[in-house]
Amino acid sequence: MTTANLSQAFMILLRRDLTLAYRRRSEMINPLLFFVLVTALFPLGIGADPTLLREVGPGIIWVAALLAALLSLDMIFRSDFDDGSLEQLLLSPHPLSILMIAKVFAHWLITGLPLLVVAPLLGVLLDLPGAAIRTLLVTLALGTPVLSLIGTIGVALTVGLRKGGMILSLLVLPLYIPVLIFAANAVATSGAGLPVEAHLSLLTALLVLAVSLSPAATAAALRISLS
Amino acid sequence: MTDNYPVAALEARELTCIRDDRALFTDLSFDLGPAQVLLIEGRNGSGKTSLLRILCGIRMPETGSITWNGGNIYRLATGYNASTAYIGHKDGIKLELTAAENLGFARSLGSPSGISLSAALEQMELGGYDDIQAINLSAGQKRRLALARLLVTRSILWILDEPFTSLDTHGIAMVEELITNHLAKGGMLAVTSHHPVRLGNADITRINLSERSA
Amino acid sequence: MLKFFHRMASPKYFYQFAGKLIPWLGVACLGFMLAGLYDGLLVAPTDYQQGDSYRIMFVHVPAAWMSLFIYMVMATAGAIGLIWHIKLAEVMAISSAHVGASFTFLALVTGSIWGKPMWGAWWVWDARLTSELILLFLYLGVIALYNAVEDKRTAARATSILALVGVVNIPIIHYSVEWWNTLHQGPTVTKFDAPSIDLRMLIPLLLMAVAFKLFYAVVVLMRARCEILQRERNSGWVKELVRASS
Repeated sequence: MTTANLSQAFMILLRRDLTLAYRRRSEMINPLLFFVLVTALFPLGIGADPTLLREVGPGIIWVAALLAALLSLDMIFRSDFDDGSLEQLLLSPHPLSILMIAKVFAHWLITGLPLLVVAPLLGVLLDLPGAAIRTLLVTLALGTPVLSLIGTIGVALTVGLRKGGMILSLLVLPLYIPVLIFAANAVATSGAGLPVEAHLSLLTALLVLAVSLSPAATAAALRISLS
Repeated sequence: MTDNYPVAALEARELTCIRDDRALFTDLSFDLGPAQVLLIEGRNGSGKTSLLRILCGIRMPETGSITWNGGNIYRLATGYNASTAYIGHKDGIKLELTAAENLGFARSLGSPSGISLSAALEQMELGGYDDIQAINLSAGQKRRLALARLLVTRSILWILDEPFTSLDTHGIAMVEELITNHLAKGGMLAVTSHHPVRLGNADITRINLSERSA
Repeated sequence: MLKFFHRMASPKYFYQFAGKLIPWLGVACLGFMLAGLYDGLLVAPTDYQQGDSYRIMFVHVPAAWMSLFIYMVMATAGAIGLIWHIKLAEVMAISSAHVGASFTFLALVTGSIWGKPMWGAWWVWDARLTSELILLFLYLGVIALYNAVEDKRTAARATSILALVGVVNIPIIHYSVEWWNTLHQGPTVTKFDAPSIDLRMLIPLLLMAVAFKLFYAVVVLMRARCEILQRERNSGWVKELVRASS
């Protein structure tokens, strides 16, 4: 038997994280409930006038998605750090940045993908037109992986800290702003019946950039945090 | 036996480790070759764990260098990781996974040895626990499960931080036998322990960090 | 030249060298600052649209320039510290963070004061001001992370990574905010980049910019000296210094 190659290692780690998520699935539902709840709070706070909701709806859903993503970030390394699995990953004979992509991908499948499933429901709650809901799904599909990728750098920097949670939001939220701007605007624009190709290409560009740069930054940050 | 390890050499030169402005140790140098043991002793907080973490490459020394077969371990990076195994204070076991799943994961990410998962569990006297989630294991059983990683992967250098913690006398004897076999194949060991380590007539280098800094 | 850099990298030598440099830089800074203020407040002509209220520009614009400039310096120093393990670069990076945050804050406050007569409101979601606000958050993140990590070497390395991530993101954030601004507000009066500026206004602006750069140099060297003393408090030369001064 020889050492697993890189793609095998990637799949092994991905499968492990998905198995773990399945075995503690009650935890996984929390960010999703948070997403729905926060969105449902807005009509109560600002009034349920359909025109108003239609206008602010894209922004509300995306801000709620941002916060849900932030809330779920801590999960990505917490148990691995506490039980020592993280240092074992660091010492594995595979490039850490590739393993990080596997972890982020698993994390996104667990926490990002479910947001897409409930998003149409929230779109209906806020009276968004059909085209806007379709765009909402596309922007979530492109945008939430970026949130996971950027957020993971922040988690890697704060994983060893006792009060990492508050700092994490300060580190990560400013970096989320471009995604918020392009995505929420795309949904609003398509609701107005205008084309959104430009928005989507910009989001795609952000995704490509995040995929290519953030794993290395995460790996470097983890090495520093664990040293 | 044909499954001897390839000959390797670890050299540490003038290592200095500073933690919170305090020099834990300065200018520490040593060599480690096949079938040799580095036994690190010292009081609590004298830097034993820090030294082990420097040896694995998790932590960077303030000054000094470590080479593995002549190459800097930070340059070798993953190449060095393939030759080492580290068992720290934390077991590195996922409580929601079964014993076999935990071990299988460690094996597939490391360099697998020829030993099957069930044989390794059997040898650590965890036979029959294959499908039990680790959360149901006792502290000593978890420690043995962590140590079973050493069996299913093929690492020349074992870096063990207090391997005997939570083990009973029988468990300790089991681990000592494990280590003796490892040394017999030309393996190396860097270890800290509060318990006396009985390894027969093994070639042991002792470093006492408390005496050095005093 | 290489030898110079090598010596500079030694904390002790840097401490002494910076100590000698600070008074000279301080005097130069004062000179430029006085000249710039005199020129800006008394010599430069009154703007035909904004009257005298535009004169806050001589503080606001250089502060905004500095806020971005210092972030770049911080990230560059951080990268040098990460790659070559030069302690001094780490010290410079973290010493810059506080000064940069202060300049950013100054740019925000002066921008808001300037905005009141211009727009009739203390705060308008203008692209530049919004970007500046986000930059302030980036600085605060760096400072918060540095304070949260107990081991200061680890802290410096972690903040360097964060600063580098920030540097990659700043152009993206800036672009997205500008884009958002044009979509939501339509073409507004952009007071900041007037197509042509009177030479009599440009000169005090440049004088102030130089003064601010010098001010940054003075403060960052002072902070770096402080940081070095703190970090090296157990080394021989610092103990000797304390003995000599007490």
